[in-house]
Amino acid sequence: MTRHITLKSAINEALDQEMARDPKLLLFGQDTAGGVGAGGVADTWGGVLGVTKGLYTKYGDRVIDAPPTEMAYVGAAVGAALSGVPVVAEVPFIDFMGVCFDQLLNQAAKIRYMFGGTAEIPLVIRTMVGAGINGAAQHSQMLTAMFTHIPGLKVVCPSTPHDAKGLMIEAIRDKDPVIFCEPKFLYETSGAVPADPYTIPFGQARIAKEGRDVSIVTYGPMVPRALEAASQLEQKGISAEVIDLRTLSPLDRTTVLKSVMKTGRLVAADEAHPRCNIATDIVAQVTEQCFTSLKAAPQMVSAPHTPVPFSPVLEKAYIPGAEQIIAAVSRTMASHA
Amino acid sequence: MSHDKKEQHAYNASIPHDTVLSAYRRMKTIRMFEDRLHEDFKTGNVPGFAHLYAGQEATAVGICSHLTDQDQIASTHRGHGHCIAKGVGVVAMMKEIYGRQGGICNGKGGSMHIADLKKGMLGANGILGAGAPLACGAALADKLAGQGHVAIVFGGDGGVNEGAVLESMNLASVWKLPLMFVVEQNGYAQSTPQQRTTSVSSYEDRAKGFGMPAATVDGLDFFAVYKTAGALIQKMREGHGPVLLECRTVRFYGHFEGDDQVYRPAGEVDDARKNHDCLKLFAESARNMGISQAELDRIDHEVAELIDRAVQESLKAPHPALSELHDGVYVSY
Ligand SMILES: Cc1ncc(C[n+]2csc(CCOP(=O)(O)OP(=O)(O)O)c2C)c(N)n1
Ligand SMILES: [Mg+2]
Repeated sequence: MTRHITLKSAINEALDQEMARDPKLLLFGQDTAGGVGAGGVADTWGGVLGVTKGLYTKYGDRVIDAPPTEMAYVGAAVGAALSGVPVVAEVPFIDFMGVCFDQLLNQAAKIRYMFGGTAEIPLVIRTMVGAGINGAAQHSQMLTAMFTHIPGLKVVCPSTPHDAKGLMIEAIRDKDPVIFCEPKFLYETSGAVPADPYTIPFGQARIAKEGRDVSIVTYGPMVPRALEAASQLEQKGISAEVIDLRTLSPLDRTTVLKSVMKTGRLVAADEAHPRCNIATDIVAQVTEQCFTSLKAAPQMVSAPHTPVPFSPVLEKAYIPGAEQIIAAVSRTMASHA
Repeated sequence: MSHDKKEQHAYNASIPHDTVLSAYRRMKTIRMFEDRLHEDFKTGNVPGFAHLYAGQEATAVGICSHLTDQDQIASTHRGHGHCIAKGVGVVAMMKEIYGRQGGICNGKGGSMHIADLKKGMLGANGILGAGAPLACGAALADKLAGQGHVAIVFGGDGGVNEGAVLESMNLASVWKLPLMFVVEQNGYAQSTPQQRTTSVSSYEDRAKGFGMPAATVDGLDFFAVYKTAGALIQKMREGHGPVLLECRTVRFYGHFEGDDQVYRPAGEVDDARKNHDCLKLFAESARNMGISQAELDRIDHEVAELIDRAVQESLKAPHPALSELHDGVYVSY
């Protein structure tokens, strides 16, 4: 059976079904249950935007509210996973990763390698990414590239409810540490999601829309913007293919290269700052591996090299949208390599 | 009357009326600022998140009344009260919260990042615990300057468990910094009750572990906060090291606007508003000191006008120019 549910509910459902499947699985986070022990109604928060609401009622003490001490509880999640207890731990906003970065950068990511390939760390870190809710500079960042850079971590960022559920279940069953980036701006968007559990393998991009003239490669909150651009371009007679990477590490090079070999043009888009982001990575790999297929210089669409501003008008100007993607496509259509 | 109460009464009587009235004005300004934001939030005109300080006014004002612009404070996500207590302009604050031109941070920061370095206000903060290391640095600068200035870092009962705060307590003690750690114990970190975030029921126990003197006060009683904080700050000015002050207080509104706080026991908030309202307590003490209700009413009236003007001006203020997006990232680049 398939229903239409929100991206937020899809993640909740994935967690719910995996908690039911694996009695060892634990959830950690701040207010992940929320309100427990205060004397009023329990389980009223479900994390800051309500994603895990209801799970405490179902799974009790396996849903653990941690104090706001990210270094300790994220590290404890790494240690528990290393000791055979799988954990999904929430760092509410990716901006807060600074507080617990060592436990991910130097511990979770490197333990297996340093220990000669003997360790397994079945850990998922859930975290919200992206701008668009007037969260200002410390609650809006798109730091996916920082984690993608680190060997030993896997990085996921879905754009649809369907992918969010399948990728979350895959992330939980995966035996490596996964940074699961949730585009909070898309939490309330709805889509078709099968009711039964299913997985989507890592390293498989999704062709969100087929096209002939140009490949738009992106992920997460930029996917709906790319689709909007593609539909506007269609009216101008330009057929754009939109590729949703879904996982940034591992990366599905094959699908990207195949698409660019077909279209001969590339626009890579990332909501992150422009230096060393996912778009620059895609452009570098395409340029290196299928230079001769390119009919025009690849183009990039990113946010500017500034923190995320609070002012709603400035934030709107900050976030790259369909308009910038269309402009980038026009540049590739105009120029000749 | 108990000995402590008598002593407190005698102490209160020694505070100049001007000081009392200006503290009342600040507390009332915070309360009306927050009450107004709570109302206006529902209109959809106020963007972003707002964590309101209503209920806790006596703590910020009791402490900041001892500070000059040269003393520095580091604040939290719940920062409006600390800002007003430290003398940051109310109109510019309101414009900032509306994200407009003329905002104290040019609309770049919003509620969670209000700062005014000229007033010694090192910023609200979106990252729990992050103010403590910054305040160590401010206190070090004060110590090096040798003028007797001090730094204060505010933190909530949940946020002070962050490693950054605990490391800062150790650093401040080892370096003997003139830094006061204020713990505002309002019982909750978001929806999580204090006993679920903190291993001790009194934060004085934390201070002991770091070799710091500490005190606990009724954070709803301006005069108690003022007295205890005053003594601790004076010691710091004389070159003693860091201290911790726990202020027991209450949060009137939800964690942020939009939080219906049904996790709190039924009646808790109503009871707090009725029986533990720091402004009511203040007015009562002030009247006992011979300050007339008419004088307080006059202040209320002026504050109400100021808040209304702040909102009207914020609504009229233009949005920042788009070119400002790129300004202020670096000094030079
Ligand atoms: C590093 C970090 N972790 C988590 C949060 C989310 N958060 C914001 S306020 C808050 C609760 C803080 O409680 P407390 O310190 O008691 O302050 P209060 O809100 O009661 O004033 C949390 C968990 C954050 N902003 N920064
Ligand atoms: Mg609190």
